[in-house]
Amino acid sequence: MSDPIVRPHSKSWLAKFGELVKDTLTSQVVTLWRVFRHLFVATDTVQYPEQQPHMFSRWRGRIILTRDPDGEERCVACNLCAVACPVDCIALQKTEDEEGRWYPEFFRINFSRCIMCGFCEEACPTNAIQLTPDFEMAEYKRQDMVWEKADLLIAGTGKYHETNFYRVAGKSIGGKDKGEARNELPPVDVRSLLP
Amino acid sequence: MQWEVGSALNIASILVVVIVFAAMLIWVERRLLGFWQDRLGPNRVGPFGLLQVVADMIKIFTKEDWIPPFADRFGFVLAPTIIMIVILLSFSVVPFAPGVGIVDSNIGVLFVLAMASLGAYSVMLGGLSSDNKYALLGSLRAAAQMVSYEVFMGISLLGVVALTGSFDLREIVLAQEGGWFVVPQFIGFVIFLIAGVAESHRLPFDIPEAEQEICAGYHTEYSGMKFGMFFVGEYLGLVLISSLITVLFFGGWQGPLLPPLAWFFIKASCFIAFFILLRAAIPRPRYDQLMSYGWLFLLPLSLLNLLITGVVILSAN
Amino acid sequence: MTELFYSGALVAVIATLLVIVQTNVVHALIYLVLSLLAVAVVFFSLGAPFVAILEAIVYAGAIMVLFLFVVMMLNLGQRSRDQEKEWLPARTWFVPSVLALLLLIQLVASIPTAGLNIEEIGARAVSELLFGPYVLAVELASFLLLAGLVSAYHIAKR
Repeated sequence: MSDPIVRPHSKSWLAKFGELVKDTLTSQVVTLWRVFRHLFVATDTVQYPEQQPHMFSRWRGRIILTRDPDGEERCVACNLCAVACPVDCIALQKTEDEEGRWYPEFFRINFSRCIMCGFCEEACPTNAIQLTPDFEMAEYKRQDMVWEKADLLIAGTGKYHETNFYRVAGKSIGGKDKGEARNELPPVDVRSLLP
Repeated sequence: MQWEVGSALNIASILVVVIVFAAMLIWVERRLLGFWQDRLGPNRVGPFGLLQVVADMIKIFTKEDWIPPFADRFGFVLAPTIIMIVILLSFSVVPFAPGVGIVDSNIGVLFVLAMASLGAYSVMLGGLSSDNKYALLGSLRAAAQMVSYEVFMGISLLGVVALTGSFDLREIVLAQEGGWFVVPQFIGFVIFLIAGVAESHRLPFDIPEAEQEICAGYHTEYSGMKFGMFFVGEYLGLVLISSLITVLFFGGWQGPLLPPLAWFFIKASCFIAFFILLRAAIPRPRYDQLMSYGWLFLLPLSLLNLLITGVVILSAN
Repeated sequence: MTELFYSGALVAVIATLLVIVQTNVVHALIYLVLSLLAVAVVFFSLGAPFVAILEAIVYAGAIMVLFLFVVMMLNLGQRSRDQEKEWLPARTWFVPSVLALLLLIQLVASIPTAGLNIEEIGARAVSELLFGPYVLAVELASFLLLAGLVSAYHIAKR
């Protein structure tokens, strides 16, 4: 379209007229036709409740706590997830069992605050906390959005099957002393002079 | 009672049908826009989402009808009623079919133009009495736009009036038995179409209510049923412009095989769909572009069209 | 038609009075529009539908819109309303309105009670007159308007 300010040496009247016709006729009519053709293009809509959308495995949805391949809790209550959480929706308290394993006494996620950013998963050194491709978490009461450890803990290993923290880490627990972990040399006897 | 122009049954049924049709357009528009954007649109309430209108109506009727304390009550309440009254009055001269219509006035075309020009007050008062800067900007734009495009609307119609020799819309339809006026008056038709979109300030000429620039323009402060009246008024305007195009340029109810009312409905629906397509496809022009386009392009073109029509009619006689 | 005439005339008189006494400019303009529409009804009842509808299109529809447009730009608030109130004390309007009332009574008394035989003058008759005997006046008026249009275009272009 023509410029609002008419300059003394602007284009000729005829050239502007031609431009106007080109703009109004060609371009607009072509646009109309192209949009009209979309009437015969299949829609992209997924009819959600009847038709489940395809969820990708990396989707960041409902948070779970997983167990290691031995069936023990992976979480060592290091609090890194709670620190990483930008909205402070994770609360936990560390405790220890008689074997020396660390585990959370309680582990609470307030899903009404959670923004599913996945920072907790990234922060977790033991792959205990994981996000899953599940998003159907609506509740009628706000209090029901607060999930306790019993709600979060699942029986399996989640997305990462191999991780087994206590089998790798040097910490001694019941049934596994220092130096017995995977790829771990026995502890150096500092009192001996032998190599 | 029988079907004759101006009978009580006729008036009541036209009123009900027009309002229900305009309300249904809310659903039709959303569905069509959906299809043109590769979506489905509202399809949940009732079969095909047909009851979406009922849901919308319940929502809009039960909403709080709030008048801002800083607003001028008189103008604020008056504005939405004007647009409904004015557009519904315009329907009184539209001949839908033989025997279906409210008045056959010998000044029908002028009456529609007069009502369209009064419609500008609704938008202006709404914005002015809201005492809101966006509303004021919207109504300033609306005033200039509607006053300018009324001119081209009127002049573009005069070709048809000259060909018929009457301002009576029914006579204009009857004069198109030999051929539709869209053929000899194609330029008039295009100008009327553009001016009609501008006059009912629908997209792409929805500059008075451009959401991205000035919130919702003149109806920023409106809520509840007052907003609903502006909303339905816009759709009524759409139906009116489509009916007028059908009557003036496309032979009204005339057509083979099907009954006259069906032909009228089909033709008007095609134009309504076209207006919705315009909304889906064409971006909004800038304000100065709209004005310069109107005054520097449409006005000379419509005058030229009228001049040539006059010359042709005179030389044919 | 007589009832239409009298009701239209009554609305016109009341609306015009309200135009004068309104302190809010926008309200006054709305009443002025109403008054013009009522005058259009009066024209219609006197058998001049073409003039009536032109009154509605040109005066009520275009010129008043421009008035309102200007009022929008002026940003009139409570202060202008107070000023309007100050300008309308009883001593300024009392004597003129009494005189006008006297004139109105005389006017009403002198209205011929016999029915007027009204014949409708349509658009065709008006245009035959305009482009027949009065064509020179029409052409002069159109020249004047064209001159106005051209000069307005020239001013806007600079």
